[in-house]
Amino acid sequence: MAFASKSPWVIHYDASSCNGCDIEVLATLCPGFDGERFGVINTGNPKHADIFLVTGSVNERNISVIKEIYDQMLEPKVVVACGICACSGGIFHDCYNVIGGVDKAIPVDVYAPGCAVRPEAIIDAIVEGVAVLDQKSKALKEQKKGAK
Amino acid sequence: MTLISTLIGTLVFAVLAPVLGCLLAGLDRIVSARMQGRVGPPVLQPYYDVRKLLEKEDASVNSVEKTYIICALAFALISGGIFFSGGNLLLCVFMITLSSLFFIVAAYSSRSPYAEIGAHRETLQVMAYEPMVLLFAIAFFVAVGSFDTAAVLNLREPAIASIWLVFLGLLYVLTIKLRKSPFDLSMSHHAHQEIVRGITTEMSGPTLALVEITHWVENVLFLGWIGLFFVWGNPLSIVLALAVMVVVYFLEVFIDNNFARVKWQLMLKSAWIVALVCGTINLAILVF
Ligand code: SF4
Repeated sequence: MAFASKSPWVIHYDASSCNGCDIEVLATLCPGFDGERFGVINTGNPKHADIFLVTGSVNERNISVIKEIYDQMLEPKVVVACGICACSGGIFHDCYNVIGGVDKAIPVDVYAPGCAVRPEAIIDAIVEGVAVLDQKSKALKEQKKGAK
Repeated sequence: MTLISTLIGTLVFAVLAPVLGCLLAGLDRIVSARMQGRVGPPVLQPYYDVRKLLEKEDASVNSVEKTYIICALAFALISGGIFFSGGNLLLCVFMITLSSLFFIVAAYSSRSPYAEIGAHRETLQVMAYEPMVLLFAIAFFVAVGSFDTAAVLNLREPAIASIWLVFLGLLYVLTIKLRKSPFDLSMSHHAHQEIVRGITTEMSGPTLALVEITHWVENVLFLGWIGLFFVWGNPLSIVLALAVMVVVYFLEVFIDNNFARVKWQLMLKSAWIVALVCGTINLAILVF
């Protein structure tokens, strides 16, 4: 088993939309749900993070920011789209400035729908994301072995 | 002889200190969580974190950053080796300062504004605690009659009896050295208090893992300094020293959880005033 799944550090970015999901993500990370039980730490730094939580839809202004944060994260990394806006654009999908879900900018591993997404759903999504992280970590190890 | 004992001490310290420091960090996190009404992570969480960091992709903003961090870790280990093998306390103090300087240089080398702010603040922290730490070494010499830490084993009564004021002063700067709130200016152990992540902003993956290990080792060494005050000729005194170390660490965690960060001006002034009052008065009493 890879250690990646034992200490998933998250970074959180609120792209746009109504901010509802943003508040739910912060509620998830607060002491009430105690994410640290599973080693979850909220880092403000993409270079330390393993899981990227994005809320809200992608538009022309923030697409470069999302890509930049994603690029600064080190492998293995997982992206979780929180809320229906982040999944597909949600109720804002046909706004003139909205491009769509987060997957229009970067590859998404886990989709957590909901408007707003519930903290329980976010925790489920993070657990799901941790499994993906584990797989990616193993793949990376194989790659390293192969390279030698 | 001293070279060999220092070498052996360093090797033993290099094996034991990370293990002890890791457990200490794990306990710290559980106790902190309980103080905040949470369950908290497993004891081995810091170990998992470091193993995960080592598994991550090895990328760095430049090629020297990791070298500096390795130097920081190496000097921390040598410093611990000198201290626990009964070597020169003054040398130990200088070695650990050198280790912190390498850490600062590593942050500066990244040329990131966030890391630089962290490095500035770390420099301020070093400035704040260094006078007291030096006075501690000098007072130790005056009280014990030697800079060698092994000399405490020949004492009839513990050093604390004559330099308790210095002990209090060292206790004050210990919070700065351990980077605990209210003096966690350069980097906070708790995320999202910090301008991104302070001095470690640009360090990632395996480099960050080495930083973590350096902190564990430092913590063990600093607690060793605290224990030094309570050891004398009686072998049982080591148990007393260990008990004091546990109590002091608990106190640090308690302070960490109950105080908000202060401004650097207050940190610097208060640390220097403490050094001046506790250190010099105690020295004066001893000398005259
Ligand atoms: S999914 Fe709903 S709550 Fe979440 S950001 Fe979109 S509109 Fe707001």
